[in-house]
Amino acid sequence: MKANPKKTILWVIVGLLIAVYALFPIVWIVSLSMKSASDIANRHFWPTNISWENYQLIFTGDAHDLFIPALINSIGICLISTLVAVVLATLTAYAVARLDFPGKSLILTMALGVSIFPVISLVTPLFNVWSKIGLYDTWLGLIIPYLSLTLPISIWTLAAFFRQIPWELEQAAQVDGATPFQAFRKVIVPLASPGVFTTAIIAFFIAWNDFLYGISLTSTSAARPVPAALSFFTGASQFEEPAGAIAAAAIVVTIPVIIIVLLFQRQIVSGLTSGAVKG
Amino acid sequence: MSATDRAKSEAKLGWMLSAPAVIILLAVTAYPIVQAIYFSLFNYRMTDPDNRSFNWGHNYIVILSDPQWWQTLGVTVLITVITVAVELVLGFALALVMINAIRSVRPWVRTVILIPYGIITVVSAFAWKYAFDLPTGFVGTWTGNSDFDWFGHFGSSIVVICLAEIWKTTPFISLLLLSGLAQIPGDMLEAATVDGASWWQRMTKVILPNMKAAILVALLFRTLDAFRVFDSVFVMTSGAQDTATVSFLAYDQSISQLQVGMGSALSVMLFLCVAIICFIFIKGFKVDLGQVRGD
Repeated sequence: MKANPKKTILWVIVGLLIAVYALFPIVWIVSLSMKSASDIANRHFWPTNISWENYQLIFTGDAHDLFIPALINSIGICLISTLVAVVLATLTAYAVARLDFPGKSLILTMALGVSIFPVISLVTPLFNVWSKIGLYDTWLGLIIPYLSLTLPISIWTLAAFFRQIPWELEQAAQVDGATPFQAFRKVIVPLASPGVFTTAIIAFFIAWNDFLYGISLTSTSAARPVPAALSFFTGASQFEEPAGAIAAAAIVVTIPVIIIVLLFQRQIVSGLTSGAVKG
Repeated sequence: MSATDRAKSEAKLGWMLSAPAVIILLAVTAYPIVQAIYFSLFNYRMTDPDNRSFNWGHNYIVILSDPQWWQTLGVTVLITVITVAVELVLGFALALVMINAIRSVRPWVRTVILIPYGIITVVSAFAWKYAFDLPTGFVGTWTGNSDFDWFGHFGSSIVVICLAEIWKTTPFISLLLLSGLAQIPGDMLEAATVDGASWWQRMTKVILPNMKAAILVALLFRTLDAFRVFDSVFVMTSGAQDTATVSFLAYDQSISQLQVGMGSALSVMLFLCVAIICFIFIKGFKVDLGQVRGD
């Protein structure tokens, strides 16, 4: 089919409309974050002058006590829970995709069941237990519940990836005298690493997005992650909107996401949809 | 090695590899939900643990006879129905664009729609809140009605909450639908075109029936997700103007007011709602979960 110019223009317009849809709120937050205190309530989309004072506020100013620890907490907690989830899910997904054993469909069903669990149903009892055993307001106290978010999706996504890996290579390795474990480590791991990497990105996004655990299971900057910390921002005075500082902090935590999306969009799409529906 | 020995060692390896993940999943879900069911049967305030007393399911009677429960349930259903319906239509349109667009446009569309998916829900909620809210919002200026308080009324608050949810989650649904669209055999569509089927006929007779599984899976996941809506409500209204959802009510009771017994009972009720939705989809619409793979 030859593209005619009329059609091209039409598709470009449709593409632009979608771009506006997707980017509009982001551009608005960027604009808001660059408004000076006198501009915040000007009720216009763009700032009258570009100002960096909100970024100064969160990195070196009054809000930095709130923001910097939260940023460190978010990065640390999300990376650890992603790492743990991906390592454990790799083992499980390998077993589910490659081995035949009673109860393997039960494992997948269970992972699915956990992923549809309402977080609030888990938060209330965890809040109680954590307060009693001293895990309340600690990194570990968030890493463990974050696994309930990151493990199920990791198991499903990885199992889908692992099913696509050619069987014969593993069998060939076993025929050549490799044990099942060697076959796993030497043959499957290199083939599976793109899938593992994609799974890690998706799991990280999910942990990075959490708000309910973050706000319920922490009380200080010892473990409070950024999404929860945002709602504790206050303006320079009691009567001033904290909107500028919140917008600046929001942009700081959004930039890594946008970079990851731009770099790995193909992998993310395949991870999100890989065999989401079979046949 | 005999066949049964081999099967045995395979089963052993399978369970050894799966055990850590399974144990953690049980520990972070099965244990808390059992604990929640147990606590829900008590009159129990965290600040007053000595007066904890078993009250024979009284919490559930209180919930079911309280108009506030039915109000929050209604709001939750309202938000779920609006967002899922709009997202399904919008997501389908996006999926059609992604599969039909010319080669030079397609990759851009795919990349750009992933951005809302990656954005933190709370960040999106703040963006939409500040766009509409009185001291900061430009929407009032743009619509020429700068005095209108969007978060001062029930209806307009729900509209903004739904807008934020729709913006953030449509990309996900469109990707699921795209993978369903991509699996429709091209020759089937070609045959329909050759036979003179119109666009509408191809859509209703070929595309939609072949995508039933993908649509139902996308619907099920989005419905469950929408029903748990919390972040946007917390950020935008904190439940003001009667916009509290079931998740928000449960959070308010257990975390803010430390009413462990009542909060647990609400958590169990929310869990039951989610289980009922699942049941309806699986039995009523025959969604085959064996076909579901991703989130």
